[in-house]
Amino acid sequence: MSHLVIAPLLLPLCAGIVLLMLRHLDIRLRRALALTAVLAQIGVAVALTRAVADDAILTYALGAWPAPYGIVLVADRLAAWMLLITTILALFPLWHASHGLDTRGRHFHVLYQLQLFGLSGAFLTGDVFNLFVFFEVLLLASYGLVLHGGGGERTRAGLHYVVINLAGSSLFLIAVGALYGLYGTLNLADLARMMPATPAENLGPARAAGLLLFAVFALKAALLPLYLWLPAAYASTSAPVAALFAIMTKVGAYAILRASTLLFGAEAGGLAGLLDAWLLPLALATLVIGLLGVLAARHLREQAAYMVVASVGTLLAAFALGSHAGLAAGLYYLPHSTFAAAAMFLLAERIAAARGAQADRFEVGPRMTGEYWLGALFFCAGILIAGLPPLSGFIGKFLILQAALAHPARAWILAVVLVGGLLALIALARVGSLFFLRVDRHRDDSPALPVPVAPAVGLLLLGLGLTVAAGPVHDFAAQIAEQLLQPRLYIDAVLGGRP
Amino acid sequence: MEILIAILIGLLTACGVFLLLRARTFPVVLGLTYLSYAVNLYLFAMGRLTVGRPPVIGSGLPGYTDPLPQALVLTAIVIGFAMTAFLIMLALKARAELGNDHVDGEEER
Repeated sequence: MSHLVIAPLLLPLCAGIVLLMLRHLDIRLRRALALTAVLAQIGVAVALTRAVADDAILTYALGAWPAPYGIVLVADRLAAWMLLITTILALFPLWHASHGLDTRGRHFHVLYQLQLFGLSGAFLTGDVFNLFVFFEVLLLASYGLVLHGGGGERTRAGLHYVVINLAGSSLFLIAVGALYGLYGTLNLADLARMMPATPAENLGPARAAGLLLFAVFALKAALLPLYLWLPAAYASTSAPVAALFAIMTKVGAYAILRASTLLFGAEAGGLAGLLDAWLLPLALATLVIGLLGVLAARHLREQAAYMVVASVGTLLAAFALGSHAGLAAGLYYLPHSTFAAAAMFLLAERIAAARGAQADRFEVGPRMTGEYWLGALFFCAGILIAGLPPLSGFIGKFLILQAALAHPARAWILAVVLVGGLLALIALARVGSLFFLRVDRHRDDSPALPVPVAPAVGLLLLGLGLTVAAGPVHDFAAQIAEQLLQPRLYIDAVLGGRP
Repeated sequence: MEILIAILIGLLTACGVFLLLRARTFPVVLGLTYLSYAVNLYLFAMGRLTVGRPPVIGSGLPGYTDPLPQALVLTAIVIGFAMTAFLIMLALKARAELGNDHVDGEEER
């Protein structure tokens, strides 16, 4: 039993506690500590990914209680991949926030570490109830982060965000209770083992529980019609927090992927393919609604928030294909869309600072200082996010469309994704020309707020990295998909091959 | 007893959902509280309802009641309390910053 599996949980938790105890320390030391902690987490995530890259699925039984009786952590390729993406992403918003945002309220770094603790836990946990607990941990930290910095608009959007997530938590518990009542276990592997043998009279309640779980995960993933909380919350919070939250919707997508392959996969008997009828139509509808929001947005941060909704639609459409190629394409698209959306949020704040009183509203504004650099960066981020060649967005979308050719609903998928790409392009081109070409002749002389640009550049370079290393990354995504489509491997690794 | 518990859970949920859909923050907080009571009762009942049995297995005992849902409910109660406390603070903050207790921060005209 390797302790490497629990390290991604202990590191941010301990870092958070230490930061809380050292809260009177000089802010520069605390920043250094927080950044070191995130760098260490990246190191652990890399080590874990290397450890699971061959066929191993690592498990960690807490207190050495054997599964399914004790609490178990499971690191398979998917969990390690999600951890790697999360920790790498987390570095850049933290770097950005260390330029001053973290002093505009208390305990930013503590909450940030606890957020990472909740995210790591949600990816690694091997049972449904602990998934609930870690969801609560990451949500509670996110409530604090959403409100960080204060302001009326932030409070209003934060209230909606908190209430809808609390209602979601209640639904989650109902689903958990129903699963326990039916199967007497909450261990994911044990559930997956027992589900094919569900007696006929229990199929109805089991379906209801499964669909309730799906509704909760869809709420977290911001799937239509449960996406309404997202644009307001993401657009009104501070840029680094919104950038970190680019991964939050992916937690929901991860949970949907895990449930649809492990619990409701092809081998699940009467429950097989429970989510299939819902996932693809909802994903495509989410993509359409997200892009309409992109077109109708009134300022850049709102537009970026709707980009997140649209990317969730694309991602879940790929997962809904259910085929090996579809899952692999989705798992390649996932880091791309996360990094691109985060870069857009960070860039939006930089542009807003350069435009003075107009901020990031879509109005004719003054000529910006450093407009050439900002314009070039916006151009790169736009290409990345709209999925134009030659960057990773194009590769991701191309892989998804290629996988969709084998699906019966290919006409719908191709039409929606391609027209969606065109709409995104139109919206971004309009914004780009408004911000950088149709400017007032006079230059705004009010001193610009010091907003760093380097973290956004770093995220764009990650997108470039995904483009250059597309081959190896896609190979690894294909390996993840291969493992996901054999739920037996997961079950045997957790339950030790018991019958 | 099962029917009584089921009716109780249903009633609590109905009250919770109704209050959750109100336009003022205080009823919304109360609604979420009712909802979490209903969910806690529901979780508890998922271990099946037994009376007068200990939550341990032992020889010489007539039977046992499932201890796991009790542990789950305990966790859910703790998390629910923390969330309610946070939500009340947030509602007060919204009242102070937005000047009223409407969930959208503005009175209907």
